[in-house]
Amino acid sequence: MNILEIGELSVRIAGSHILQGVTFGVAPHGVTALLGRNGVGKTTTLKAVLGLLPPKAELAGDVRLAGAPITRQPTHRLVRDGLGYVPEDRGVFGGLTVAENLRLAERPGGDPDYNRVYGLFPELHRRGRQRAGTLSGGQQQMLAIGRVLLNPNRLLLIDEPTKGLAPKVVSEVAAALHAVAQVVPMLLVEQNLAVVRRLAQDAVVIANGRVAYTGRANDLLDYTEKTKALLGVGKGEHA
Amino acid sequence: MSTVVLLTLTGLGLAALYFLVASGLALVFGLADVLNFAHGLFLSVGAYGTWWASDHLPGAGPSGWGFVLAVVFGVVCGTVVAALVELVLIRPLYRRTIEQVLVTVGLSLAGVALLQASWGSDPKPYPRPQWTQQLTSIAGARVPNDRFLLIGAAVAVLAGLLAFLKYTRIGLVIRAGVEDRSMVTALGIDVRRAFTLVFAIGGAAAALAGALGGVYAGSISPTGGSSLLIFGFIVVVIGGMGSVTGAAYAAVAVGLLQQFVNYNWSGLGDICVVALLAVVLLVRPQGITGKVATS
Amino acid sequence: MTTQTAQPTQAAAAPARRRVPWARFGPLVVLVVFLALPYCGLKIPGVFDSPVNKPGTLQLLALCLVFGALAMGYDLLFGRTGMLSFGHALYFAAGVYGTDMLVTKAGYGLWTAILLAVVGTATLAALLGAIALRTGGIAFAMVTLAFAQVAAITIGRNPGGATGGEEGLPMATERVPGYLVGVANTVNLYWLAVGVVVITVLVVHAIADSPAGRVLAAVRDDERRVGVLGLDPYRYRLFAFTVAGGLAGLAGAMYALLIGGATPHIAASDQTLTLLVMVVLGGPGTRWGPLIGGFLFTYLDYRLVALGDSDAVAGLPGVLRGPLSQPLFILGTVFILAVYFFPGGLAGLRTRLGPLARWIPERR
Repeated sequence: MNILEIGELSVRIAGSHILQGVTFGVAPHGVTALLGRNGVGKTTTLKAVLGLLPPKAELAGDVRLAGAPITRQPTHRLVRDGLGYVPEDRGVFGGLTVAENLRLAERPGGDPDYNRVYGLFPELHRRGRQRAGTLSGGQQQMLAIGRVLLNPNRLLLIDEPTKGLAPKVVSEVAAALHAVAQVVPMLLVEQNLAVVRRLAQDAVVIANGRVAYTGRANDLLDYTEKTKALLGVGKGEHA
Repeated sequence: MSTVVLLTLTGLGLAALYFLVASGLALVFGLADVLNFAHGLFLSVGAYGTWWASDHLPGAGPSGWGFVLAVVFGVVCGTVVAALVELVLIRPLYRRTIEQVLVTVGLSLAGVALLQASWGSDPKPYPRPQWTQQLTSIAGARVPNDRFLLIGAAVAVLAGLLAFLKYTRIGLVIRAGVEDRSMVTALGIDVRRAFTLVFAIGGAAAALAGALGGVYAGSISPTGGSSLLIFGFIVVVIGGMGSVTGAAYAAVAVGLLQQFVNYNWSGLGDICVVALLAVVLLVRPQGITGKVATS
Repeated sequence: MTTQTAQPTQAAAAPARRRVPWARFGPLVVLVVFLALPYCGLKIPGVFDSPVNKPGTLQLLALCLVFGALAMGYDLLFGRTGMLSFGHALYFAAGVYGTDMLVTKAGYGLWTAILLAVVGTATLAALLGAIALRTGGIAFAMVTLAFAQVAAITIGRNPGGATGGEEGLPMATERVPGYLVGVANTVNLYWLAVGVVVITVLVVHAIADSPAGRVLAAVRDDERRVGVLGLDPYRYRLFAFTVAGGLAGLAGAMYALLIGGATPHIAASDQTLTLLVMVVLGGPGTRWGPLIGGFLFTYLDYRLVALGDSDAVAGLPGVLRGPLSQPLFILGTVFILAVYFFPGGLAGLRTRLGPLARWIPERR
């Protein structure tokens, strides 16, 4: 059974019909990439799943986490139930230190897995007392991912983790995500097709408010014409 | 020279009052995005609560430890009212900012009317402990002690708030929530509980401002909360919403400016304060520190 | 290709809203009724103390009309452009005090004074708005409040004896045309008030129906779209702010005439708050909601005072009697309830009336 099932998801914000019946599933292992041109609604899809859309957004459709419907639930409850989120802008609290950012993610009565986090990102341990706002983009990304990994997750929703990062840092982040993906399934929004090729086994493409392709990621990326038509670019480029 | 000292200390006393009002507003706005008009009501509840207690509460009185008890009673009243307001009226409108503001507006109107109905609209003489009316000589200036009371209270509240925000878990949640509320929920934390706490803290600070402000002014009236509230708003905008330290700096700037200017040209001080507000907004819309002051 | 797509859209546009004829003329009918009121000696017991054509009732009606107009102007800001201003009373007071001071202290003739006051108020709005609109949302609300508060304080301090301080400034009647002075001429003031309402309605509706009005609505709903179109939201907001200020000045001038002077409480922050209540109760952004809201609120505010003094309330136990004798308590509570249960105000009740709704024009 898919860990996440999205059925006929429709989202309307301020008169703009962004998603018009999106349907796809996320496998319980590995990485599923969510692709599409800029502005097509990938981030909106993630936010809809999490309940993070603005109050005046109109939502319709069905979202199920491991079979259980989650559309009415408040965000914090979903996250506690195992839905981890790394947003597009990283969501790191600039005014807090790195250690405080991590501490925030701790749960009362929970057992935060600092070993895993510091093992993957030793920088975070070294820079514990540094204000997160002064970290580089790559370091902030590691912090954002590390924060989410402190707790057990059933599914990770990750939005453009390599955006704006230098190639070397992109590699590091991709390597970290690869390691994480061995243990937790991931729905990954990504524009960098090289990263997608490295990490993802499945791909879902959104175009014109609907799903235009679901299937193996490699099948999509190997066919340049198909990729160009759906994403507007060729092999290995950024979408 | 002694005039300067006098004006500085009295200006700081005024700043203390403004800070007490503004600190709660800054946090409530920073965290919950609520423009709380009912804050003036919490002020009045604190003032009237203390006033009532000094006459009717056993053990409380107009001076000495009895007065302290009366003030504590006033502050507790303000805190309880604030928490109730948040739970009953504000929370059901979670994320509906305009409606929340409207409700606090309605509450402020109804609340003032209720106070007028209960105790009349005339100012009531307020208990002032003897020692607050005495003067202390500092560098040739003779300063009424009530200013020191205010300054001491404000400093204590400031220190307490900063410690609370820095060292407690819920303080951490509040600091993060002021920066990015939805991200805090995306970490699995129910921010709404922090809202009630922040409202309660704001209510307590406002009630204290009301209680001590009564000592400063010598009397209280149902509408007394409003003008103090407006200066609280000014301080919050100048200092940066969501920032307690910003509110402190801004309060000092406003209090001193108002005092010094009013001394030389009566009435101009208030206009200068608003001019300061205008200047800050034109130069740096997000205030001295803190959040960008737009919706 | 193009002809094929044109047809479906045409077909879709064909069934236009069928509007019942009399509903369209409703507002005109109401206007005629109001104009005719001074000619009939209709008695409505409970609603008015004296017959409709008597000065006392006409004065009350005129007052309700003035505040209705003020609320409509305020709605241009709040309901149509989404700006929450807590300092609108400032411009109202500028109109009141401006007219009063120009007539009483500076010796201008009435009509000149009114013209100067309205233009002056609009200019003031443009200046202050230019600063305040540097922020938005809640900060904007606080800044407008601060400006208004300073004005209120300044008025109270009576600089140079110009404003009359706490006691207010009665208008010198020498420069006011004879037909507007005296109890017997209340009817003329009444008609003037109707005129003010008509002007305000025409201005607000003209703006709302124009392309500028659509931009204002866009600024309210989705500001990014406005920027994308190459338009500057700041300018449109400033425009709305200035016009609303001018209209408030006009209402203020009328108020000064009606009351015979100026008093400081109209500049208080409470005044803007009650304006907000009027607009929300009537229905923000709707065609007639704010006017009705302003009218009704003023009437209720006045009437509830009488109710509070009445025997019915005096008989209630103390705990109830106190609060109920304060109109603002009742109105404030009603307002809070309205925010919860009737967010669209009176005009929004339309949607709750089901089949009856067809008979009421839905124009925004």
